[in-house]
Amino acid sequence: MLGKTAGGLFWMSRYLERAENTARLLETGQRMALTRTHNSVEEWSSVLKTAGVLDGYLEKHEDITKESAVNWVLRDPDNPSSVRSVIKQARDNARLVRTALTHDVWGAVNATWMKIDEAMKRRMNERDLPAMLELIRHQSALVRGAILGTMLRNDMFDFSRIGTFVERADNTGRILDVKYYVLLPTAFSVGSSLDNIQWESILRSVGAGGGYRITHGQKTSPSEIAEFLILDQRMPRSLHFCCRKIQENLSYLKKDYGTSGPSCEASNALYAKYLDTRISDVFEFGLHEYIQEFLNDLGELSRQVEVDYRFYE
Amino acid sequence: MGECFDEMFDSDGSLRESYEEIGRWFNAEDVSRLRAKQREAEEVFRLTGITFNVYGKAEAEERLIPFDIVPRVISGREWKRVERGIEQRVRAINAFLHDIYHRQEIVRAGRVPAEMIAENEAFLPQMLGVSPPGKVYTHIVGIDLVRTGPDEFFVLEDNARTPSGVSYMLENRETMLKMFPELFSATNVRNVSDYPRNLQRSLAACAPDCAGHEPTVAVLTPGIYNSAYYEHAFLADHMAVELVEGHDLRVFDGLVCMRTTRGYRPIDVLYRRVDDEFLDPLNFNADSALGVPGIMDVYRAGGITIANAPGTGIADDKAIYSYMPDIVEFYTGEKPLLKNVPTWRCSEPDSLSYVLENLTDLVVKEVHGSGGYGMLIGPTASKKEIAAFRNKLKARPANYIAQPTLSLSTVPIFARSGLAPRHVDLRPFVLVSPERIRITPGGLTRVALKKGSLVVNSSQGGGTKDTWVLED
Repeated sequence: MLGKTAGGLFWMSRYLERAENTARLLETGQRMALTRTHNSVEEWSSVLKTAGVLDGYLEKHEDITKESAVNWVLRDPDNPSSVRSVIKQARDNARLVRTALTHDVWGAVNATWMKIDEAMKRRMNERDLPAMLELIRHQSALVRGAILGTMLRNDMFDFSRIGTFVERADNTGRILDVKYYVLLPTAFSVGSSLDNIQWESILRSVGAGGGYRITHGQKTSPSEIAEFLILDQRMPRSLHFCCRKIQENLSYLKKDYGTSGPSCEASNALYAKYLDTRISDVFEFGLHEYIQEFLNDLGELSRQVEVDYRFYE
Repeated sequence: MGECFDEMFDSDGSLRESYEEIGRWFNAEDVSRLRAKQREAEEVFRLTGITFNVYGKAEAEERLIPFDIVPRVISGREWKRVERGIEQRVRAINAFLHDIYHRQEIVRAGRVPAEMIAENEAFLPQMLGVSPPGKVYTHIVGIDLVRTGPDEFFVLEDNARTPSGVSYMLENRETMLKMFPELFSATNVRNVSDYPRNLQRSLAACAPDCAGHEPTVAVLTPGIYNSAYYEHAFLADHMAVELVEGHDLRVFDGLVCMRTTRGYRPIDVLYRRVDDEFLDPLNFNADSALGVPGIMDVYRAGGITIANAPGTGIADDKAIYSYMPDIVEFYTGEKPLLKNVPTWRCSEPDSLSYVLENLTDLVVKEVHGSGGYGMLIGPTASKKEIAAFRNKLKARPANYIAQPTLSLSTVPIFARSGLAPRHVDLRPFVLVSPERIRITPGGLTRVALKKGSLVVNSSQGGGTKDTWVLED
């Protein structure tokens, strides 16, 4: 397989994952902003920060309002990480690697781009937001279904999966990075209703509210939420789960190719350093520092994959 | 324009034999269902991304080529004649190319003037003395044909560089099979779907001697913004070979290699969809980012097969076209089976004055133009357009040729008012390997969707039809 093709599959999957995560983040932001007890400007600023688009937003806007934040995150062409931009890039990458995709996967990605581009032609108002988010979620599910249901389990699939889980781990990590203070056991945190809303919003933004309840029941505590998002082995958006998948797929590549590069080792090291641990150790180390270092190492790993498999010259 | 030949109905308005089934089917169909099918077909093309990009438009603009659901039918008997004519012509073209890049016997014999070759932009001196494997120059050819009567076929153009459109031929058939299976059950239509396999075999058979038992073939595309990118990806996909761009390739140890996830791997046969001048920045256009530095040196040393060979453009040049009857006779010793459209070379003073006097009746084309751009269609042009063209002609006569306007045959399309005749042409696709010449039954029928229009190019409002060759 061409190095370029591996890169195209990796990035196609990253962008698709990013679009879905951004939509979920918006959904949570909207929900939080509707909760009267809460400062809405702060909430939208935190959404923009988590999506990594706050600086770009502030260059173009004077103040933070719900409507401009939503439009910036969803559809502004000046925002390279807006859902529309990201879906466009996913589709361009899919076109680039058209020969490595099944008819179904290509069809799903292409249709996703056409539908979302059409739906985002006009400025988004609050009333249309739920339908828009639903569309993004629906299309993401369609593409994922096509990938899982029709692609051969070979190196092409491995690169696509590595892209998905690098992006997903990065997303969960960013949410924790922005909201870590909510999870810190401080003197003020005694499970007030505000805390409960905050905690719930964190779970929601990784689509894990239901999973958490199944695992922990109604009892929410910050350290258990942190543990769920970081170390849970069954939660498909936890750092642990994502890292395991990256490790697995790199090891399939190693087996398939008969050799491996530094990235394979790096994924084992990432796991050993951050995930073979207990949540109390994480808090002892410092949640914030832990997350920042993790995100940093994850970025390094991702770049090493690009080098090892010759995505670029 | 006068009366022209309609392929479906004879002059009494009754169905011709080869269209009997289609006529029966159409009459029994509910018009609203057909309309829904027509929309459905367009939706399929849109979702599959069967689009072409329009040059000079916004980067993201991808357009659909309109597809008409009424098939164009050619009887087995008619096809046999066409096929023989094409094969003869393609053999002659390859012999001609070998000759002009070697001894130039045809020039010595005085059948083609020396300056026609030497001063031609499409002539590549770098190809002098180079013999591609099996002496195949044009691995893939698209011979554009038009029809004017029951057995009257004319060659309009020989596309010997990188003819496109074959993916539309294949997708059109797939779409028709999906939408109207009952129609295929009732008729005996020859299959076209083995084209990609034949293309792969044909290319592999032209591999250089240094290649192994199973040569590595790849398709070279200028990238996703090229107008025919869809087709490049389609062909690579269906041949199960890599689709590469210039930046995926490098020359190592005298071989052209592609960057894979496991390192650089050599390519034996490169089906390039990049023009000659962009192929190698070291040998041709130094600014080209689409090509591979040094590939021409590897090619000349026999390390790779480039399909089509560089320099084949000299054979489909519009000025050379007028010599084709001589070329066919010179190399095959036979009379040409397919007719050439009579052509005036404006470089010759007598012809030029004839053309200038008769501009309103003629089609004037640029010698190196393509895609229907830069041409004048006398009978439909305004006085202003003719006057402007007259000046261009006088300024650079050698840049133009002129032909009479043929009364192109029509095939009905499914229009708002029902069946309506529209002018068509045909591009059959020909694969050449050292062992044999394969011609896909049928080809791509392009249709001018505007009433009375003769311009079938997709960039200018043309559409396509599925083309059926019947088994006799």
